[in-house]
Amino acid sequence: MSAASQDTAVSTGRVTRAFLYLVLLLFALFYLLPLYVMGINSVKPLAEITGGNMMALPSTWTLDPWRSAWSTAQIGVEPTGLKPYFLNSILMVVPAVVISTIVGALNGYVLTKWRFRGDTWVFGLMLFSCFIPFQIVLIPMAVVLGKLGLAGSVSGLVLVHVVYGIGFTTLYFRNYYASFPTELVRAAMIDGAGFFRIFWRILLPVSGPIAVVSVIWQFTNIWNDFLFGVSFGGTSQPMTVALNNLVQSSTGVKEYNVHFAGAILAALPTLIVYIVAGRYFVRGLMAGSVKG
Amino acid sequence: MATDADFRTRLQDWLPRLVLAPSFAVTLLFVYGFILFTIVLSFTGSKMLPRFTWVGFENYEKLFALPAWNTAITNIAIFASLYIVICTVIGLMLAIFLDQKIRGEGMLRPIYLYPMALSFIVTGTAWKWFLDPGIGLQNIMRQWGWESFSFTWIKDSDMAIYTIVLAAVWQTSGFVMAMFLAGLRGIDNEILKAAQIDGASNWQLYRRIVIPLLRPAFLSAFVILSHLAIKSYDLVVALTGGGPGRATEMPATFMYSYTFTRNQMGIGASSAVIMLMTIAAIMVPYLYAELKEKKA
Repeated sequence: MSAASQDTAVSTGRVTRAFLYLVLLLFALFYLLPLYVMGINSVKPLAEITGGNMMALPSTWTLDPWRSAWSTAQIGVEPTGLKPYFLNSILMVVPAVVISTIVGALNGYVLTKWRFRGDTWVFGLMLFSCFIPFQIVLIPMAVVLGKLGLAGSVSGLVLVHVVYGIGFTTLYFRNYYASFPTELVRAAMIDGAGFFRIFWRILLPVSGPIAVVSVIWQFTNIWNDFLFGVSFGGTSQPMTVALNNLVQSSTGVKEYNVHFAGAILAALPTLIVYIVAGRYFVRGLMAGSVKG
Repeated sequence: MATDADFRTRLQDWLPRLVLAPSFAVTLLFVYGFILFTIVLSFTGSKMLPRFTWVGFENYEKLFALPAWNTAITNIAIFASLYIVICTVIGLMLAIFLDQKIRGEGMLRPIYLYPMALSFIVTGTAWKWFLDPGIGLQNIMRQWGWESFSFTWIKDSDMAIYTIVLAAVWQTSGFVMAMFLAGLRGIDNEILKAAQIDGASNWQLYRRIVIPLLRPAFLSAFVILSHLAIKSYDLVVALTGGGPGRATEMPATFMYSYTFTRNQMGIGASSAVIMLMTIAAIMVPYLYAELKEKKA
């Protein structure tokens, strides 16, 4: 994104510009609408939703729905709230993100700086794994996790997310390292530096931008995963599965305000990551894709 | 001494491959081995657990005779085509509009993009209740005085599929916008200025020059969107649960329910194989072209 191409050569008239702003604003409202609906209805008593207007601000503000969603709401059969599932998600996400990012960095390093015959094939085979519909691996994965004694455990979910995440992390690091001058690596080799030393001293210090991309991508995908969680979560279900159980529960009154508070709780970690580091994500992605 | 140094060089030679080996082995086993396993299962009479009794193409014949599968196929065709087209149109439009030196672009971009950070379960929950006739949009409009306003798509077997399109477009169109915007910012302005000197109107400029130059962005958008569409499981579960009745059944929900709740593992496996083949038909040529290009 060079500075010169920032301004476009196209000039627009007054009426056109007013129209552009109108359309852009309407879409902004469209994208914000669900967030607004979730937000204000999570701080309303239930009666104001069922008997009132969803778009209206609360006449009585309350944090009870949040308390209920966090610690007392009925999830499945237990009135535990979402808290234990939130912890499950954290215990699952952190190791899975760290492991898959480290493995991806090493793979990308090998695939660009220590090339060997057939490396494109190896990479191609790993890359395709990013795009398979996971339905194709659900049954054998259930069998294997059962055999390993990892079915229904957080460790099992970590394993699954690492296995199906390394394709993406390898892709990111490979594309990024490809634009790093190989001559520097060669020079270090001649000076007698070994495989790991070159990685540690030369490539790792410049890997910040792509590590951010890898971490954000993996964090978002793994936190938001539902399919693996519902299939293999057992008693250690992640947040998304618990939220779905809360919302779809067919017993008792539908506590919409609690559902909305729960939905925001489930969205909060990825939203925070996005707000804090979203800029670096786009920037790092571009740095990596300039030269593939 | 000599042998020691020799050993060290040999180790250095093999180290890179040793580092890559575990990932490659894991990929071979957990991706390609598993695919093979599921393909084999799809030719067996497995019910609740995998059983290796060969039944030939029976599962596939049964699958395509099932009304639920035909609903799923029809739905994915409607959903995927509308989803891809609408996301592309909105994404391209917003990107072009935002590229006109818009004041507040820095504010608008994150607003368009944030839905991508959310889980489909969250998106589904929000839209499920917003579209619910009892408390959502219909009720809101009536309260605001439009007494005859009616919007019951989510409860209507014929229309429910379009609510999934709506929620999915809401979630990803901003992301498509970002892809097009990156493409637009990469276009050399000199080309546009030259065309303007030749007397091209704005409309011609975009239709004849800019949009053709965005070809790579179109292709990436298509690949990513079709991939997301076929995988769509969570959104359907959260928004409609496959209902009303089975009206919004999709291949992903079909596979899950036949395999894990209806104990028809053979049929479930065959539906997964069909899903994989559909995706492979789109992905393999794309990846092949990408990798070949980069090699050269």
